[in-house]
Amino acid sequence: MSSFKYNNVYIKDYETIAGPKEKEGNLVYQNTIDNYYYNEEKIEDAEIKMQNFCLTKIIKRNKLNNNIELIVGGDLLNQITITSYNLANRHLPFLGVYNACATFNESLIILSTMINQGSINSGLAITSSHNLNAERQYRFPIEYGSPKKQYTTFTTTGAACTLLTREPTNIKIESSTIGEVIDFGIKDATNMGAIMAPSAANTLHKHLTDLHRPLDYYDLIVTGDLGKLGSKIFLDLIKEEYNYNPKYYIDAASIIYNEEQNTYQGGSGPVVIPLVLFNKILKDKKNKRILLLATGSLHSPLMVNLKKSIPSITHAISIEVIK
Amino acid sequence: MNNRKYQKMVNELTPKENRLSNMLISFITGGIIGLIGTIIYVNLDKIYEPELAISFMLLIIIGTTAFLTCLGISDTLFQKFKCGLIIPITGFAHSVSASILDYKKEGLLNMGSNAFKLAGSVILYGIVSAVILTIIKVILNV
Repeated sequence: MSSFKYNNVYIKDYETIAGPKEKEGNLVYQNTIDNYYYNEEKIEDAEIKMQNFCLTKIIKRNKLNNNIELIVGGDLLNQITITSYNLANRHLPFLGVYNACATFNESLIILSTMINQGSINSGLAITSSHNLNAERQYRFPIEYGSPKKQYTTFTTTGAACTLLTREPTNIKIESSTIGEVIDFGIKDATNMGAIMAPSAANTLHKHLTDLHRPLDYYDLIVTGDLGKLGSKIFLDLIKEEYNYNPKYYIDAASIIYNEEQNTYQGGSGPVVIPLVLFNKILKDKKNKRILLLATGSLHSPLMVNLKKSIPSITHAISIEVIK
Repeated sequence: MNNRKYQKMVNELTPKENRLSNMLISFITGGIIGLIGTIIYVNLDKIYEPELAISFMLLIIIGTTAFLTCLGISDTLFQKFKCGLIIPITGFAHSVSASILDYKKEGLLNMGSNAFKLAGSVILYGIVSAVILTIIKVILNV
């Protein structure tokens, strides 16, 4: 069984920063930047600076100084360079993880398990993504702007840092499920929703059966970055396979941008889940039991060029809001 | 659910590109590029020899596209007008200048090797097909 229940893991603090395109979108963020370069010369430096901003704010506000026991995190770039460079010379213990857009949930699972076991008292989860960096690595040169298909997604710019502790707060991490790598033979890297929907459905089913819960135990089910098309496929799939019919369901990527922004199916990237969770779901204070399904498409440009089909993974985290 | 059934489901839900409108847009914009080229050529032809006039015309179009790419205008135009701009020489100019802009910060050597990242296949297969066609022409003696 790969589902875990946690008794004493809480989210104490969080900090998010979002990019210029997200600023014009539907949500209001804690911090935003006005242009993709963030007063730096290189876009890679801009992403490092965004992560650094979140990390520094969390450290200052909680007076952590050098008492951080563990940082877990990652980003979309090769060899998770952004996170590694952000933490250079900070003298902090760091575990780098990569599960594409499911990285944030993966970090939360690792930290929660360690806190629950008593190995550590607190830890930080950190992640980021940048539209131009992702565009450059996974697609074409930035200025090339090749015509896009209607069903592509738009990599979200932003960074997020979360502090997990043992001391009780209002937001409890209640359980988690580690996902399986699933490949349904989709080869088109532009159709990420279709790649990731089966793994989201699989993890949802596994989570509910492992923990013996009905679907309506949760008053909100959130998928990470399936996009509008992907969430449609996801809903069809869980209805046909498992006969699930969620009443309260949103796809985080679909609500970040508004219709006029020309982002096709919505956002993508590991930062989508934290941006929507902290800037909308927790702010609205409407939901008590939230299931986060962070979906990740595990492709690389090399395998796409070799015409291999693309595997995907989904990790689930369940969050309980206490009053 | 097996792979084939799932792929069928995805195909049904995935929105289809409107090929007819894409073709029409490309036809018209490609034609406009051709028209601009001809206007420039006709005017240059009065001053220079025909072959020189063609080269100058191409240089003007390549230069303008590269300039627009540097200003960040080309990519929006390319997304809107698609193959109408990609297939003429504007597409070649844009792909080279976009790659150069991308690798500018990695130093001269990397910039040079990556400049033809996208346009490389155009050059290679252009030359190969020219060689093959020339051989056919020599054999047939036309």
